[in-house]
Amino acid sequence: MSEAKQDTIKMVDIYIMGKKYNVPETLTIMDAMEYAGYQLKRGVGCRAGFCGACATVYRQAGDFELKVGLACQTKGEEGMYLAQIPFFPARKAIYDLEEIKPSVAHFARMYPEVFRCLGCNSCTKVCPQDIDVMQYVAYLQRGDFARAADLSFDCLMCGLCVSRCPVNIVHYNSALAGRRLYSRYLAPPDSFLAERARAIKEGEMDAEIDELVNADKEKLQELYNNREIEK
Amino acid sequence: MISLSYTPQLRELMKKVEETRASRVGVDYPRMSPEERRDVLQKFHPDYIEDGFRDIKVGVDKGVRMPTEMADVFESYSRLKDVDLDLKADPDYDVDVLIIGGGGAGASAALMANEAGAEVMLTTKLRFGDANTMMAQGGIQAADKENDSPATHFLDVLGGGRLENVPELARALVMDAPLVIKWLEDLGTMFDKSEAGTMITSHGGGTSRKRMHAARDYTGAEIMRTLRDEVYNKGINVVEFSPAVEILLDAQGRAGGAILFNLETEQYLTARAKTVIIATGGSGRLHYRGFPTSNHHGATADGLVMGYRAGAGTIYADSIQYHPTGGAFPPQLLGLLVTEKTRGLGAQPLNINGEQFVYHLETRDVESSAIIRECEERGLGVPLPTGITAVWLDSPLIEQIHGEGTVERQLPAMLRQFQRFDVDIRKEPMLIYPTLHYQNGGLLIDDRAETGVENLYVAGEAAGGIHGTNRLMGNSLLDILVFGRRAGANAAAKSKEVPVPEGLNLEHVNNYHRELEQADAGDGRVGPVLLPRYTHR
Repeated sequence: MSEAKQDTIKMVDIYIMGKKYNVPETLTIMDAMEYAGYQLKRGVGCRAGFCGACATVYRQAGDFELKVGLACQTKGEEGMYLAQIPFFPARKAIYDLEEIKPSVAHFARMYPEVFRCLGCNSCTKVCPQDIDVMQYVAYLQRGDFARAADLSFDCLMCGLCVSRCPVNIVHYNSALAGRRLYSRYLAPPDSFLAERARAIKEGEMDAEIDELVNADKEKLQELYNNREIEK
Repeated sequence: MISLSYTPQLRELMKKVEETRASRVGVDYPRMSPEERRDVLQKFHPDYIEDGFRDIKVGVDKGVRMPTEMADVFESYSRLKDVDLDLKADPDYDVDVLIIGGGGAGASAALMANEAGAEVMLTTKLRFGDANTMMAQGGIQAADKENDSPATHFLDVLGGGRLENVPELARALVMDAPLVIKWLEDLGTMFDKSEAGTMITSHGGGTSRKRMHAARDYTGAEIMRTLRDEVYNKGINVVEFSPAVEILLDAQGRAGGAILFNLETEQYLTARAKTVIIATGGSGRLHYRGFPTSNHHGATADGLVMGYRAGAGTIYADSIQYHPTGGAFPPQLLGLLVTEKTRGLGAQPLNINGEQFVYHLETRDVESSAIIRECEERGLGVPLPTGITAVWLDSPLIEQIHGEGTVERQLPAMLRQFQRFDVDIRKEPMLIYPTLHYQNGGLLIDDRAETGVENLYVAGEAAGGIHGTNRLMGNSLLDILVFGRRAGANAAAKSKEVPVPEGLNLEHVNNYHRELEQADAGDGRVGPVLLPRYTHR
């Protein structure tokens, strides 16, 4: 960034783990930390809002409310006090997908905490993806894995919901098990996929492809340029 | 707080997009002829701009052309140069198969090696799952419809790859594809399906059949979290925040483990293994030619550097993919990937006059080059307050073509990303410019995923040859799983045939250092770099 450009950008004070840094106001929390001199190891991943590595807790000066967000997706603001959550020791049930069934009884053995939900809605309020977390917990309790799968799908597994739950539900791992149960047992398998896989394994598709593998570039270019394209 | 959304000037320019929108619905802009494609690539694709490249001075590929930034990290001294290690002592870890890298390739390799009965350890630089896999949005290709076949897929892969693909690798890619989808379906991956269970598939740039499978626009994330869950279910040993920094060779010059670096305690640890798989991904964070990147934080070419020092050769190291649709504005979204699915659903790239200037589904290299031409040569880009130019991507058109609610249903991640910075892509077009996205080349493997160094395997973006010099959308998620699975299965089988490696050493690293000194290269640089450093940008 040129000096001239920098002059026109407003600077703000943010407090990273209590220490004050002066940074441009246009930066995300993540960029602001790097601007301040951090070389990030924990609390950073995809840098694009997909991986959930950068869950951050912050508070505005003079405000009592703790807020949360993803550091790569939240703008740094004047007077922000922040800390990242480097790791969350949440439990994951170990299971064999082929042994379990999409039933409330099976699910309750894996994730009994789900049934202790108090309905406080803290999980939903904290979710940076705006997922109705408490609602999918209710679906899981009922064994409605289809609805739970649909509603929880955009979860990044950042763990903020778990950090706030008074009864220690591990929402994101419970939801993942729910989605896998739904996808394995409730969504019907594709009707042609297995047949195509069989044909490949038994060598039925070999001749057609080997002709191309052994073709020269000129022939391939001609075939490519004239190939039929599905509308 | 200032609003981060479009400025009044941009809103004024946006009106031109709105004015032309109705006339563009259902009208296909003509595709380029083969000659036009070649011409735009040679004039505007960064791979053809000579001053961004130089020949590497050391190693097995001495004299081969590479991007300058890649040659710099290749020509570097080991992090172990002045470290005292006792390689005769008992190793800290001792396993059959060591997997370096915790993305989709590493996870699928781990599952297959475990299934084959090998003792597996997966070590990774950041968290398990912190990888480009997690960010792949658009989809995964596989010829699993009746009107399609692996041969048809093969022709698309080769045509897209400028016919420079290693044919046996492309064959493996397309033939395993339906097997991979079946494997994922059985593992409970939540693909987009119809009520009857039929996979919903669509086109991507350069496809001749609708074979792009998706899980909304979180396809890679859905695959990654499913595989990761399964790796934990199988009790596989996963060691996070411990990147490998060098490959260990045994007395016969075969791979026999790696030196790991615990990022938190800053200790070096020895891992002995009968076979080693490099699955460390790409190199976007090297920022070739200063381009912003869509890659995750750890994409710093570590595996390439280690593997190269151990004697594995590269292929197409000078071929880099620039994704045509990287975020250009608001500034927080610079470089962020705008999924190709956006164009797959019909969004068109438009210049400052609201006119389309390229077919919206050309291959990525051609589409990128056309966007660069529109901005640089024709001067018809949209000037941004940040000093760069960009083009529009008319996302509201998707709602016109497919009906209201399509963006929310099909592109929830994109909608949310832009909403966070006050842009509603259902109503406002996006501003995009090519972003550094993918390393087409890498370490050369055979169709068993093994390199020229015995017992050293490579899978995923770190491997090269599969995609020639241009990869099609949806073939990377496929590639990491096809070759991850092959690497895992083959490395496990091999580990049962070979004895525990003896005489583990780093002599190849010492030799590499001598070469650097003789060539007067390296300039005191240390690699692999492991973590990018961004301070005052």
